Amino acid sequence: MNILAPIGRVFLAFLAQTGALTRFMISAVTSCVRPPIYWGLIGQQMIRIGYFSLPVVGLTAFFTGGALALQIYVGSNRFGVESVVPNIVVLGITRELGPVIAGLMVAGRVAAAIAAEIGTMRVTEQIDALTTLSTNPIKYLVVPRLIAAVVTLPVLVIVADAIGVFGGYVVATESLGLNGPIYLKNTVDFVTHDDVISGVIKIAVFGFIIALLGCYNGFHSKGGAQGVGAATTYAVVSSSILILAANYFLTSILFGN
Amino acid sequence: MAAQGTPKIELRGVKKRFGDKVVLDGVDLKIGAAESLVVIGGSGTGKSVMIKCVLGILRADEGKIFVDGEEVTRIGGRAREAMLKKFGMLFQGAALFDSLPVWENVAFGLIQGHGMNRRKAHDVAIEKLASVGLGPEVAMLSPSELSGGMQKRVGLARAIAADPQIIFFDEPTTGLDPIMADVINDLIVSTVKNLGVTTLSITHDMASARKISNRIAMLYKGKIIWDGPTADIDNSGNPYVDQFIHGRAVGPIKMEVRG
Ligand SMILES: Nc1ncnc2c1ncn2[C@@H]1O[C@H](COP(=O)(O)OP(=O)(O)OP(=O)(O)O)[C@@H](O)[C@H]1O
Ligand SMILES: [Mg+2]
Repeated sequence: MNILAPIGRVFLAFLAQTGALTRFMISAVTSCVRPPIYWGLIGQQMIRIGYFSLPVVGLTAFFTGGALALQIYVGSNRFGVESVVPNIVVLGITRELGPVIAGLMVAGRVAAAIAAEIGTMRVTEQIDALTTLSTNPIKYLVVPRLIAAVVTLPVLVIVADAIGVFGGYVVATESLGLNGPIYLKNTVDFVTHDDVISGVIKIAVFGFIIALLGCYNGFHSKGGAQGVGAATTYAVVSSSILILAANYFLTSILFGN
Repeated sequence: MAAQGTPKIELRGVKKRFGDKVVLDGVDLKIGAAESLVVIGGSGTGKSVMIKCVLGILRADEGKIFVDGEEVTRIGGRAREAMLKKFGMLFQGAALFDSLPVWENVAFGLIQGHGMNRRKAHDVAIEKLASVGLGPEVAMLSPSELSGGMQKRVGLARAIAADPQIIFFDEPTTGLDPIMADVINDLIVSTVKNLGVTTLSITHDMASARKISNRIAMLYKGKIIWDGPTADIDNSGNPYVDQFIHGRAVGPIKMEVRG
């Protein structure tokens, strides 16, 4: 059996949907700047998307930072340059692992939740009901989630960066025997604004992808519980793939000179 | 038959298909102002699809639809939002927003569509809930905590909350006990009388149909095959109508039952 076949299928289905998705994106983005803007709903979504993702993102960041410190120690130990551990940990976390891991975790948590919620609203005709009550479903449902994701995920990634660095610090000082104050000083001296900002830009894009694909798949789900289930799966799979692809391109733009 | 002047709603040759399944095959229908029309027809004949086409939830493939003499078949955006402010709609499955409490469901159109402040809208919602036989104690509940019949009544309260000019009721009495069904029938009748509302209802319940309509139309195989005053329904001279209103299994209408 060809193991690439399922990947190809997902990719082709994705291409086939690109036109519809682009139209959906344009109408969502233009709706962001046209009144009415539902501030209350934006606030509600910021809590659900950003705040409630903190535990899961914090935990994964902590363990990732720890594992990173361990790996770099093993490698650098061979050349006797263990002092680079804090530098590489902070670089790896802020530039790559922080945003990517936070993005993927949030994709699993949030894109699925959005697709399931909006998909259920679709199949139970709640979206039609919104329309008949003279409320634009894109403005009422999509815009708040899109804005909330793009605004809160950067804050989330800064917290994740700090926790990831802390994870590295704990492992380096507790089990590898590196000197704590020196580790911290090296970290702070080495990291630059640009490293953090690049991660923030990345995660803002990932947030957009997550909310857009969650909403899009929810909106286009059909046929009862099974359809909603399929929409949820598509939302997670397609947003995860797109996050990793976007990460590559963003990395090459941001650091490629 | 049809009322004088511009009809409130008019469908001309409306067709709608899903894939190669033809559901509406040239529906012609006029509803005059302050008229109460009931559309009857077997399950799956496209009654719900027909009213969704008028509201623009589904797009008709062919034909034209007019509201107050203006063509609305292909309007979108703001123009459609404005048109929909004239309408109230009770969905067959109630379609309540399960993220909002009952009162906010009822007040939704007032708050979002008409910009009423929340406190005032809350009072209106309580009043409308009372008119469908629901006390203020259900106002704070979530729709999922209600029985099917209660959900239907909340849907009804939502449909009438903003005092629309035109109301569509998709099976308003299905799932209600006979007494509550009659309360709802009376409510529909009095709403129509007091506010001069135009209604289009779908029902399988002939007792309800007789009570809430002054005209009945029958949809069969994608077309309106009979249309006349409610008083004439027993003497329609149409074998399809006769079979339907008497609920006989034998007659010209063959139910597609697959084993
Ligand atoms: N969105 C849709 N996609 C595909 N087919 C649909 C869709 N909506 C309705 N149909 C089909 O159109 C036909 C008419 O459906 P509709 O809901 O209008 O029936 P109805 O007359 O309201 O029946 P009932 O009295 O049971 O409510 C059905 O066969 C249904 O399968
Ligand atoms: Mg129906």
